[in-house]
Amino acid sequence: MSGAATAAAAAPGARIKPRMGRDDWIMRGAMVAIGLFLVLGVLLPLYTMMSKSLEDSDGAFVGLANYVEYFSTPALFYSIYNSLWISVLSTVIVLVTAFIYGYALTRTCMPFKGFFRMVTLVPLLTPSLLGGISLVYWFGNQGVAKELLLGESIYGPIGIVIGSSYWVFPHALMIVITALAVTDARLYEAAEALRASKVRTFFTVTLPGAKYGLISAAFVIFTLVFTDFGVPKVIGGSYNMLATDIYKQVIGQQNFQMGAVVSVVLLIPAVLAFAVDRLVQRKQVALLSARAVPLVPTPEPVRDWSMFAFCSVVAAIIICMLGMAQYAALVTFWPYNLELSLNNYNFDVMDGGGWEAYFNSIRMSLYTAAAGTLIIFFGAYLMEKGRGFQGGRTAFHMAAIVPLAVPGMVLGLSYIFFFNSPHNPLNGIYGTMLILVLVTVVHFYTVSHLTAVTALKQMDAEFESVSASLKAPFYRTFLRVTVPVCMPAILDISMYLFLNAMTTVSAVVFLYSSDTTLASVAVLNMDDAGDIAPAAAMAMMIAYTCAGARLLHALLTRGLARTTQAWRRR
Amino acid sequence: MPMDGTAAAPAYLRITDVTKMFGDFTALKDVSLEVNEGEFVCFLGPSGCGKTTLLRAIAGLDIQTAGKVEQAGADISALPPAERDFGIVFQSYALFPNMTVRRNVAYGLENTKMAKADIEKRVTELLELVGLPDQGDKYPAQLSGGQQQRVALARALAMSPGLLLLDEPLSALDAKVRVHLRAEIKDLQQRIGVTTIMVTHDQEEALTMADRIVVMNQGVIEQVGTPQDIYGRPATAFVADFIGTMNFVPGSVIADGRVSVGGTELTVDTEGRAPGTVVTVAIRPEDVAVHDADMSSENAFEVTVQHMEFLGSFYRAEIGSGAFADHVVQADFSVNLVRRNDLKVGGTTRVSFPPAFIRLFTGDVR
Ligand SMILES: Nc1ncnc2c1ncn2[C@@H]1O[C@H](COP(=O)(O)OP(=O)(O)O)[C@@H](O)[C@H]1O
Ligand SMILES: [Mg+2]
Repeated sequence: MSGAATAAAAAPGARIKPRMGRDDWIMRGAMVAIGLFLVLGVLLPLYTMMSKSLEDSDGAFVGLANYVEYFSTPALFYSIYNSLWISVLSTVIVLVTAFIYGYALTRTCMPFKGFFRMVTLVPLLTPSLLGGISLVYWFGNQGVAKELLLGESIYGPIGIVIGSSYWVFPHALMIVITALAVTDARLYEAAEALRASKVRTFFTVTLPGAKYGLISAAFVIFTLVFTDFGVPKVIGGSYNMLATDIYKQVIGQQNFQMGAVVSVVLLIPAVLAFAVDRLVQRKQVALLSARAVPLVPTPEPVRDWSMFAFCSVVAAIIICMLGMAQYAALVTFWPYNLELSLNNYNFDVMDGGGWEAYFNSIRMSLYTAAAGTLIIFFGAYLMEKGRGFQGGRTAFHMAAIVPLAVPGMVLGLSYIFFFNSPHNPLNGIYGTMLILVLVTVVHFYTVSHLTAVTALKQMDAEFESVSASLKAPFYRTFLRVTVPVCMPAILDISMYLFLNAMTTVSAVVFLYSSDTTLASVAVLNMDDAGDIAPAAAMAMMIAYTCAGARLLHALLTRGLARTTQAWRRR
Repeated sequence: MPMDGTAAAPAYLRITDVTKMFGDFTALKDVSLEVNEGEFVCFLGPSGCGKTTLLRAIAGLDIQTAGKVEQAGADISALPPAERDFGIVFQSYALFPNMTVRRNVAYGLENTKMAKADIEKRVTELLELVGLPDQGDKYPAQLSGGQQQRVALARALAMSPGLLLLDEPLSALDAKVRVHLRAEIKDLQQRIGVTTIMVTHDQEEALTMADRIVVMNQGVIEQVGTPQDIYGRPATAFVADFIGTMNFVPGSVIADGRVSVGGTELTVDTEGRAPGTVVTVAIRPEDVAVHDADMSSENAFEVTVQHMEFLGSFYRAEIGSGAFADHVVQADFSVNLVRRNDLKVGGTTRVSFPPAFIRLFTGDVR
């Protein structure tokens, strides 16, 4: 009604400069420290890598000369086309498969849903190399089902597409399931009341509802395949892809400048895909916030059993991939002596790092899980719950998102440039376990950070205010309230970091030294040397370890739920 | 801002020209206010008017852009919340879910040098104070909303703060519990005598609980006063309209003490406004008086009852009259009166606007 009364303009009184208390100093200090960690771990290495792409081998600035050379060498720039083509094809295949599979799991009454869901977790437990190795045994020169390819070779695009599809499938499926799980039963009731046909309902309700999830899944698949190194390395033969080109330029030809150029070429589409996806996802918020009635599927025998058939085929493929790797690992001498033995597990007699590599991997993964969870969760806490320092917090959030857009190969190469430089005071960590942990934490920072932020956002926004009013230092409330309440998310983060540290190849392949070889790198190197069966055996060692870790995680989570059920609301 | 209360004792909390900006948006404009020791003050206003912003500035949780806040004689404008002296209760209560009621209440005490036994004693005392002597070992999730609210109150009072801040503490509760807790909080506050500021958008809450009400609108204070003041002598049209029900009829001053409304002249204190000034005449429905036909009194005229709504103990009637053009005015008639005077829709009656209950606002404020 009356707006006229408020005529007086704000007086230009002296601006209050809030005095910082002890909490503020500690929080800001910690945040700046973690921010610096990200600057040192991501931004500076990337910058160094990009400037290297503009220099010649003596370090003199040569402008775009390296790029000119790159684009005038068909053998090099043709990889762009290869990488794009393989990624698009894999995206289509995986997206369709994951959508049907996810639909079957969430919207039908198909039997054995639990089993089908569990099977899809398998590829997450293995390095992406394992799919490639398995394909060699199935369809390779001495493969058991070679004839199925009708004379085509598995070494090349066919193998890369199958192998890539295998390992990115669970990543896509998780996103699709989440998208399909968020629906409103009332929409379907309305459609039914309007006598819309099942097909029409599918195209007017189901698909639009899952739209953003599908878009997101498509970007994730595309980026994972586009930047993956393991599958094309093992099964790609002479078919060049960008990620393998970096490896060949750097490790094969010691041409670091060209490696940097290819890295930039690889980085650009990855960053673009990432940026577009984030723009698209922004629109989704409104869709999710509405309170919906969950949809409970009703039995429909024809649909349910056709879905069962489809899922059985997909599950069979996944099991066959893992099963073949396990079988190959146990066969004494393929294909001449099919007797089973543990000879291939005798890693110490092969090149590649031996059992030490395996134990290094476990150590590295434990360090990564411990240090990473600590840094990432605390960083997310400071960003989310800190008071004031708005600019710093926003900058920190942006820095924490960057690693997701940086392919592992690019990150690894950037680390060589940055940390191996004699001018860098941190040069001492080059070739140590520390740099492996650092690169792995950074590589998987973003997803963990976002998990932490999501968990923190669910906490009452006023815990910090209350604790300040009670004169309790923030770290006390952090330890006594935030950490216990967020424990499930903390366990998830540490599990995620552990699994990825065990299975990653791309970033660490440039950074290990003879003292710090890793299991996943050993798989790569043994495969490279032709010791494919031991490579399979090592890949299986990784798989057992990851499965064990997951089991432990499940037990811990269950135990935690039991001991804290008194205060947790369902 | 007109201040009442004792002039002798200096104010416990003094807010001077506080302005708060969020980017380009001004959430508080030059707000000044004094709160006396032991007083219960309510910030009342529509949602988004800046009540929480002002409360958070007082607490230091979101420090004001400019302006001064003094508590107990000390300038605390720039201090971080941990260095101020207050307890706070939020709408969500913000109880720590993983701690029992006792540990929640003890949380602040455990941070002091207090001995363990003393802490336990104090917690027991506080739980008794808020009426939850035997709920101490439960977790917040196991309590009802009203009980959680009391725990939050106990926790806020644990450190015996000089200032208790309550941000919509009752609005998450259902109506019955809310009415009950209103009385309890007020009673508790009077017993321990802690200076209290409560934010609310519920006028009934403010009117029943506050010693003084601060009515806010769009980042400024419209009026400060006792509930009776605010209700009976609203300083601005906004306050008049926001609190209770108010009739607004446009008119103009014709002479000192005389206002014309649609051709009818009313006697009313014009407070020195010049003749010709456009004003709005305001009167509450319950202040419209009904007279027997033969009585003559000031500002009385014949009206037609156009509509009557039964509201239990009284009727709210819409009355119109050729006397003040086509303006319809709401008037409350008790059931008794309606029966006695046989009032019904379409009938006529004689009413008056007692000069003492008429408020004038400059301009057409409708
Ligand atoms: N952190 C913030 N950033 C930007 N605007 C804010 C912020 N907090 C409050 N506001 C705005 O300031 C105004 C007053 O908010 P608030 O004090 O919370 O109102 P209320 O009176 O309902 O408690 C609102 O318009 C709100 O949108
Ligand atoms: Mg508010």
